[in-house]
Amino acid sequence: MAELTAPKIVSSRSEFSDSHTMSRYLATDGFTGLRKALAMNPEDVAAEVDAASLLGRGGAGFPAGRKWSMLRKAPISYLVVNGDESEPATFKDHYLVEREPHQLVEGVTIAAYALQASQAFIYLRGEFALGLERLQQAVNDAYEHGALGANIFGSGFSLDIVVHPGAGAYICGEETSLIEALEGKRGFPRIKPPYFPAAIGLYGQPTIVNNVETMSNMPWIVNNGGAAFAALGLGRSTGTRLFALSGRVKNPGVYELEMAKNTFRDIIFDPALGGGIIGDKKIKAFIPGGVSAPWFTPEQLDVPLGQDEVAEQASMLGSGSIVVLDEDSCVVRAAWRITKFFSRESCGQCTPCREGSGWLERIMYRLEHGGGRREDLDLLLDLCDNIAPGLSWPPQQTTICVLGPSIPSSIHSALTNFREDFIAHVDHNGCPHD
Amino acid sequence: MSYLRPDIRQRAEDLVALYPHKRSAMLPLLHLVQEQDGYLTEEGMTEVAELTGTTPAEVRGTATFYDMFHLEPVGKYVVGICTNIACLLAGGEELLEHATKTLGCAVGATSADGLFTLEETECLADCNIAPTVQVNHRYVRTTTPEALDALVAELRDGRREDEIPPHGTLIRVRRSGGLRATRAQVAAEREAAQKAREARAAQETK
Amino acid sequence: MTDALETRTTVSITVNGRSIDVPKGEMLIAAAERVGTYIPRFCYHPRMEPVGVCRMCLVEVDGPRGATLQPACYIQVNDGMVVNTESEKVKKAQDGVLEFLLANHPLDCPVCDKGGECPLQDQALAHGSGETRFIEEKRHFQKPIAIGELVLLDRERCIQCSRCTRFASEVAGDAQIDFAGRGDNIEVSPFPTEPFDSVFSGNTVQICPVGALTAKPYRFAARPWDLDQVESTCTTCAVGCRVAVQSSGNRVTRVLGVDSDAVNHGWLCDKGRFVVDSIVGEEDASLLSPAHRLTAPLVRRNGQLEEATWGEALKAAATIISSASSPAAVGAIGGAALTNEGAFAWERFLRGVVGTDSIDAQYGDGLDAVLVEALPRATINEAAEACTVVLLTGDLREELPVLFLRLREGARKGSTNLIEISAAGSALSGLSRVKLPVRPGEAHLVAQAIATDDAPLSALASHPHGGLFTSSDLVEARRLLGEDGAGVVFVVGRPNAAESAEAIEAAIVQFANRFPKAKFLPTLRRGNVMGALDMGLTPNMAPGQTLARTNGRDTVAQLQAAAKGEQTVIIELGGDIISNVIDTPLATAALSAASLIAITGHGGPSLAHADVVLPTTVMHERYGTVTNIEGRVSTLAPKVTPPGSTWPDVAIAAELAEEFGQNLGLSNPEETAATIEATTGYPCATALRSAGDGVVVGREFTASAPKPLDPMAFPGVRSADLVGLAPRAGAVVSPTSGDARVGARPTMSDVSVTLSPVIPLPDAYSLRLVVTRTIYDDGAAVQGAEALRVLSPSTVLRVNAHDLTRIGADSGAQVRLTSARGSELVSVVVDNAIPRGCVALQAGTSVRPDATDSANLVSWIVDSAQVVNEVRMESL
Ligand SMILES: Cc1cc2nc3c(=O)[nH]c(=O)nc-3n(C[C@H](O)[C@H](O)[C@H](O)COP(=O)(O)O)c2cc1C
Ligand code: SF4
Ligand code: FES
Repeated sequence: MAELTAPKIVSSRSEFSDSHTMSRYLATDGFTGLRKALAMNPEDVAAEVDAASLLGRGGAGFPAGRKWSMLRKAPISYLVVNGDESEPATFKDHYLVEREPHQLVEGVTIAAYALQASQAFIYLRGEFALGLERLQQAVNDAYEHGALGANIFGSGFSLDIVVHPGAGAYICGEETSLIEALEGKRGFPRIKPPYFPAAIGLYGQPTIVNNVETMSNMPWIVNNGGAAFAALGLGRSTGTRLFALSGRVKNPGVYELEMAKNTFRDIIFDPALGGGIIGDKKIKAFIPGGVSAPWFTPEQLDVPLGQDEVAEQASMLGSGSIVVLDEDSCVVRAAWRITKFFSRESCGQCTPCREGSGWLERIMYRLEHGGGRREDLDLLLDLCDNIAPGLSWPPQQTTICVLGPSIPSSIHSALTNFREDFIAHVDHNGCPHD
Repeated sequence: MSYLRPDIRQRAEDLVALYPHKRSAMLPLLHLVQEQDGYLTEEGMTEVAELTGTTPAEVRGTATFYDMFHLEPVGKYVVGICTNIACLLAGGEELLEHATKTLGCAVGATSADGLFTLEETECLADCNIAPTVQVNHRYVRTTTPEALDALVAELRDGRREDEIPPHGTLIRVRRSGGLRATRAQVAAEREAAQKAREARAAQETK
Repeated sequence: MTDALETRTTVSITVNGRSIDVPKGEMLIAAAERVGTYIPRFCYHPRMEPVGVCRMCLVEVDGPRGATLQPACYIQVNDGMVVNTESEKVKKAQDGVLEFLLANHPLDCPVCDKGGECPLQDQALAHGSGETRFIEEKRHFQKPIAIGELVLLDRERCIQCSRCTRFASEVAGDAQIDFAGRGDNIEVSPFPTEPFDSVFSGNTVQICPVGALTAKPYRFAARPWDLDQVESTCTTCAVGCRVAVQSSGNRVTRVLGVDSDAVNHGWLCDKGRFVVDSIVGEEDASLLSPAHRLTAPLVRRNGQLEEATWGEALKAAATIISSASSPAAVGAIGGAALTNEGAFAWERFLRGVVGTDSIDAQYGDGLDAVLVEALPRATINEAAEACTVVLLTGDLREELPVLFLRLREGARKGSTNLIEISAAGSALSGLSRVKLPVRPGEAHLVAQAIATDDAPLSALASHPHGGLFTSSDLVEARRLLGEDGAGVVFVVGRPNAAESAEAIEAAIVQFANRFPKAKFLPTLRRGNVMGALDMGLTPNMAPGQTLARTNGRDTVAQLQAAAKGEQTVIIELGGDIISNVIDTPLATAALSAASLIAITGHGGPSLAHADVVLPTTVMHERYGTVTNIEGRVSTLAPKVTPPGSTWPDVAIAAELAEEFGQNLGLSNPEETAATIEATTGYPCATALRSAGDGVVVGREFTASAPKPLDPMAFPGVRSADLVGLAPRAGAVVSPTSGDARVGARPTMSDVSVTLSPVIPLPDAYSLRLVVTRTIYDDGAAVQGAEALRVLSPSTVLRVNAHDLTRIGADSGAQVRLTSARGSELVSVVVDNAIPRGCVALQAGTSVRPDATDSANLVSWIVDSAQVVNEVRMESL
């Protein structure tokens, strides 16, 4: 049975259909965190976040407090919020901006105060038309309320937040690519080092990039203290986190769960959560953390939903999105479709990613739609190896950013776990499920 | 002479003012051009180049990186249907196939009456209501062929215009006012805060 | 210990087990290459910022998490770095990248211009498995599309290395091409309504590592293996870029930039690159067109120019000269088109045999030769590395394009501060820290304001159209110039062909006196003008940069004297006089009145007045030395045999002297170079012996260590192993060091300039005329080359919005422009770089494409007798 006792931290207003309005927000403790923070020293606010051990919710899971401590105290620094959410099957930030936009604005303001950032930008995925409108409204409301702009709540702290619409490019979720897009350029990820924009970020200035969900935790952390947050969850996985569940489950949706206290089995099968597989079929495989992550099979159902626990099993919790494939799902088709995604979304800078993704996609297409050959299976693996040498996890890479080594994840997982399905596709000259 | 309509031009200039460097307004400005013209006209891109201090080739090069920008005219309604993993598992491909019949145009094409353009999209981040369909980037939450047909009929009859503006209009909530905290003010505050911090740190070490 | 570490300029790294010392901060790819380990690459280019995108250069570098694959082009060496470039893992990664690159690359090598010299092809042969595993459909695009007048793009062949787009935006500052699309749909693309017409477009073709970009003029002109190469110096302008000249048969088919550290860094402008068409000329071109190639001497008989033997022609020329009433009735104009040896021989002939001092290699739009020689000279590198550069010159992109590139680099990186004193703005305006607009006739006041005090500011501000800058601009300028000008380079020339040299020269003198530690780089722009001045082809200097005060006339004075019948013979030393002199009515009147002996390689309008024409060899046909703006003497190597019975310039002077019974003792370039060096110390012979960048007059020199030639950096330029040349195209063979200092040069105290007062405007409706240069003008180089001719712009009048509003006209409209000499309709555009109260025209352009003389507005509107030219503008 799932462990569901933890408080809702970022989705506490989920029961209200008007959770996106200022009136509801003010009626439900809105801006209490910010007021409290502004009464503290900025360093003390940052210390609470550090004490919370909040792991970034954007995918890489880097501790927010540690990232913040890298920000050189420079006269100009920026806070950039990553709301590009485009990792397939990830839809938690979508939930947060549409349903909890004021919480995000408050969180960003608290973080900007802690960091003494000069200006904040919220880069929101362009396809979120409603989210963009609600977030812009929330920003306008906050200005109106004195919670943004010059001399916030009379504290002597000033901040402007700009809501910046993206325009349809998955790669712009990668933080350096996002910065390029924010600078008005093609979203080409920047080469590392420097490894973090904290050193050289937006306009060459020190910059912190954090995810929407990471930011949405700030009001609660300030109100309740970092220690209270750290007391939730297990091990390095503190607090709660939004999990986006989709695929062949009865109740797909966004669930806020205490980290590492529940297992994949819990979230997929608990009646209060996923409710099991549609038609009570058998589960064939599931993706534990967005399509960049290597797949799990039913053997890993009892792995806890914690960052290190998943990593130990050679995959990642990533963006917290879980996709379930049932016994009737075609793994070749699924892997092909994911590869097609990467091929369409590769920015095109690095040769292995640009050409490799397209080549892999074409081979996978042939396997699925007819024309597959047996030698294609080894060719697939070798090409994957040329993008992510060694095909191990965490991956090695031949590319600038980690989109490259994400490409092989699905093919490699499908092919190693379900090789016979591929052979069936070759023998059948196409998909046997069709 | 501005190619952009006066109201759009005004908004464009307001947007430019929000950023420390004008080139940053590139994507928002391109959205504005689409709001005026439905797609990115050469005249519009040339004006964006002027507003952002770039060349038209750079504007076009940047715009073509992003899927939401169209360099050719599109229908009044751009219907996007996701076939990525969660939607694939929920019948996205079949729904897309069905849409080609309902709209009478192939994927990537525009219907003969110029009303609809059909697109196969990547994940739209609404995977719990799959397959996900957007019209002009508004979620319409029609997951079945029947629901899609009904929606298309309503769009044809102009019954959803309040909710779904013509293609290109992305954000109808305007930012009220420009930057409120001037850069000089912020710089002064940060400096004062820095001094206070140093003073405190000095106190603590004593 | 830490001190020692910090001041170290080298670090020690281990490459493939071998420990080496390399310069700190260098990119690994370059450091490895220095010690002979060549790491394959495609996107990396030594003259551009690395981007690390092709991933071909992956090597294993030890780090905290073990050895990982890192791009050698993007990793700076640091002490103790351990690198493996040969491991199995590296090999697999590199082979993988190559296979990926070839996946979508068409297999059309046999019909590709790049076939045979293609870095991708070479890599594929060296590393590829030979068998393709890629059985899918390749990417398809429409085959070559023209993206500009000179460049074609085959997108299927593109490997997305971004060298071309980076060159365009980073190096040239013309981001007219950019990547469009994403992923494997990326294509290089211009904006549909704005073609890629950068004056540097040819460089993108040269550095494209595949056959994606090709030059229209060369397409299918020759296969690389037919090409034979020499290294030489471009004489299209006075920068003196080092070039590799390649020919097939006896035709120059291609010119490529050679990576010279001192001069051009491998870049060329399109004019220098594509001018080669003009060498051969066009069969049916009229004698009055620069596209006409002269191949035999001509003598005017019964009013017609007819072919003659050399004996007849020389005799005819000698007769004309000797029939002049006195030596002073003979003069020579031109010389920038000659070699140093030719210039020296002609100086000997003119002063020694004829006895005239009326000799001028400039055309009235240059600077006083004594001033040029007296100024402490900067090298191009010194200017490019200066902390502050003052621009008091025309638009360098149009006049000395590669100097523009060199200066732009420092300004872009922020290591150089530019102060621009300009009458019409320039391509460097946008990068200038301080902009001091100046009206014609006022440069000396601006100089005084910078150098001494704010006093002239009020004079400038009292102009009817107001002042153009404020005292805070001056404060900033003075700050950047420092106390004594140390580290400052003044780049000086003539920004405006419609005013006399007075104000500019006065300004230069003030700067030189006020900032004694500053150096100066003169921007005289014609080919070998510096060599000509150094060889004494000026009224007031003798060969070897020494002073010779004489009564000789300069060009304008010669033309005026000829028009009045006081000078009866004009000798044209290469360079068509009518095309080069801004005041065409004056030039035409002079040539109509006097006898003209033309020593030239090509036709031109002046030949309508010629009595004898003596055909010379031209660029890429001749041997000898030339001197660039910085005083660098470098070698010209002949690549093709000159056509017909053309003679080298030295030989013509020597043979003509024989007609007067005199032996100059100069029969060929080597002998002449030796004589020059022996008699004046001027290092022509030394330069001839050094195959590379040559030597700078007045400086000690040491030969730079030969660098290996990376075929990937400049594909197409052949290295030694291919054609048996020196180890590197451009390596100094001998001598290895020496001293190129010459005798007593003039000093600033020898300079006499007349300081003009402020010239008042006649009335508030008068506008002062600025005439600027455009690279694609109606000069011989452009008009002689089919590929370039089409690029000539038509005349537009640029004015400040303020002045256009005053007459109630719109940008784009036609207005009437009137001077004392007449009036013409011209279209007008707003350009706020033009100071209020001024209008600007470009020299060498036509109002209408069907250019008639009157349509060539600039050719008659400028009166060279005036200090400044006033015009009026009316709306229609
Ligand atoms: C290809 C790629 C796509 C990414 N997409 C997103 C995204 O959509 N949203 C996000 O927050 N982080 C995304 N990331 C992770 C960001 O680079 C970055 O780590 C994150 O925004 C940091 O925020 P956090 O520390 O709060 O997690 C992506 C990374 C990669 C490599
Ligand atoms: S056209 Fe040539 S130089 Fe330009 S990106 Fe393609 S391969 Fe590189
Ligand atoms: S990535 Fe280093 S040469 Fe291209």
